[in-house]
Amino acid sequence: MAEVLLETRGLKTHFPIRAGLLSRAVGKVHAVDGVDLKVHAGEALGLVGESGCGKTTTGKTILKLIEPTEGEIRFEGEDITHHSARQMAPLRRRMQIVFQDPFSSLNPRLTVGDILGAPYEIHGIATGSDKNDRVARLLRLVGLMPEAMRRYPHEFSGGQRQRIGIARALALEPKLIIGDEPVSALDVSIQAQIINLLKRIQGEFGLTYILISHNLSVVSHVCDVVAVMYLGQVVEIAPRDALYFDPKHPYTEALLSAVPMPEPGRKRARVLLKGDVPSPVRPPQGCRFHPRCPKAMARCATVAPQLKPVGERHSVACHLHS
Amino acid sequence: MAVDHRPLLQVEDLKVQFRLPTGILPAVDGIGFTLDRRETLGVVGESGSGKTVSSLALLRLLETPPAEISAGSVLFEGRDLLGLSETEISDVRGRSIAMIFQEPMTSLNPVMTVGYQIDEALMRHYGIPRREARARTLELLTLVGIPSPERNIDGYPHQLSGGMRQRVMIALALSCEPKILVADEPTTALDVTIQAQILDLMVGLQEKFDTSILLITHDLAVIAETAHRVAVMYAGRIVEAAPVATIFGAPRHPYTQGLLRSIPRIHRQRLDVLAEIPGGVPDLTRLPPGCAFAPRCPRADAHCRQERPMPVAVAPDHVVSCWKANDG
Repeated sequence: MAEVLLETRGLKTHFPIRAGLLSRAVGKVHAVDGVDLKVHAGEALGLVGESGCGKTTTGKTILKLIEPTEGEIRFEGEDITHHSARQMAPLRRRMQIVFQDPFSSLNPRLTVGDILGAPYEIHGIATGSDKNDRVARLLRLVGLMPEAMRRYPHEFSGGQRQRIGIARALALEPKLIIGDEPVSALDVSIQAQIINLLKRIQGEFGLTYILISHNLSVVSHVCDVVAVMYLGQVVEIAPRDALYFDPKHPYTEALLSAVPMPEPGRKRARVLLKGDVPSPVRPPQGCRFHPRCPKAMARCATVAPQLKPVGERHSVACHLHS
Repeated sequence: MAVDHRPLLQVEDLKVQFRLPTGILPAVDGIGFTLDRRETLGVVGESGSGKTVSSLALLRLLETPPAEISAGSVLFEGRDLLGLSETEISDVRGRSIAMIFQEPMTSLNPVMTVGYQIDEALMRHYGIPRREARARTLELLTLVGIPSPERNIDGYPHQLSGGMRQRVMIALALSCEPKILVADEPTTALDVTIQAQILDLMVGLQEKFDTSILLITHDLAVIAETAHRVAVMYAGRIVEAAPVATIFGAPRHPYTQGLLRSIPRIHRQRLDVLAEIPGGVPDLTRLPPGCAFAPRCPRADAHCRQERPMPVAVAPDHVVSCWKANDG
């Protein structure tokens, strides 16, 4: 098996809630609350869950765009948990991010050539015509014409802007790319183009992906391993086929059954969950999913289940499986 | 007396354009459809297809200028909504045709309790005193599945989650027992588990109240699960309309076919490459002279690029605007 490129152990990211005259911390949001992940080189890991489950915060914490509260992050075996911004600088070449909104993630006052040339200049890799050649190559790689260099982001459609965002992430030949809902803002007919592009460049450059998405269908196309998050914790992690076709956690089952299918007339047994996701400020005692779980038992209200292996790279945090 | 076979709502040749400094933008370019009693018509399209503008035009909710309804008629119960006075159309809105939007927070008043807002609608429409309205409001909140309605009736919109706010919007829309509910991306801002709850609620209420629903969305899967008939829009026109099973099982327009092939689906066998529709959504101010989809269409020829296809019935309830619709 390929080496482990990225690993988190007991990762926690809490945000203080401040109130009153002295802005005292009166509580905290348990955004990420004990996440263990292992991502092997060349693999695509999907991080799925509903809004507020902590998937985006997990991604940003891994990149140290947000400081972790507790736990450990290892990248290529190196502990980067407490790295300063200066220590992170050389690592940034190897870990990149692609954002959801291609309309706000590109500086509107810079040409595409400036945007894509910046990484080469900042890292002192190339200038002048050498830099321009590299930018032209990047543009062709993501399916745009090199002439795009002289134009500004607003001259491009959403799909084309997302291609530019991907080109920027690729500029420094990273090992790891974190995509935070990279196709969610795009039109249906454009989504497929970007999904195909992400898969093609992964094969071409042997990239490792962490794909953060609420869209389980998109994740099923790109990812080899999928982790389902609920209220700051991973409740199930499994290879793609096992997760989609043999889910073990009642939340994964409910989530999958709620995905609408473009097949009219096919009536499925849908697990309709009651109520909303509870607040991550005061997560429920015991299993965090128990107040909404159709299979909850007495023990679930008091004892928090741990992630336990149930199959080949398949782990689940549920008392039904311990 | 003869039975009335006319559809509840009949839209013909509706045209909406925006006058912009850069030119005229034909947002909706001559669309026509019908909506029957107790039917759900799904209108599906991508950004700029004109699906939202058409629905706003029906209720005359577009700001004029820049928008201008330049042609067409919207027949509802024998009257053309486009010819009504401001007072008359305002009476239709709410009483006969209600609307719910994607983001309920922007359609609810943030400084009034949800109960107060529903009370007001009921009092205005039925001329009943607040005490009576309050009892009905409580019933409505219970009906749409708001937990502990006695307590939440005095809550403010920001105190509720997105799914709960959409339930309140539905309660508000249903308060006057409308004949038609226009729902514009009602579940797009919601998580999948909450989306499932809301779609379930809408279908249940339709059966209970015989409401007709005009469901506008970009999500083909939501359409597949809720609509009876579907109209597919592209660049301001309806390119294909048919019963839901036909649209998904035997689509005839190359755009519909391409869209269906390009949606990622959860299958055991993973595809290496998803089918793509090349290119992007066209700029409406610079539409080509022929079929608007021709530049992206795998079957387009010179004829398609020169002349616009008109809607043709390929089966009794299946209309396609494509020169190649009969080529198989």
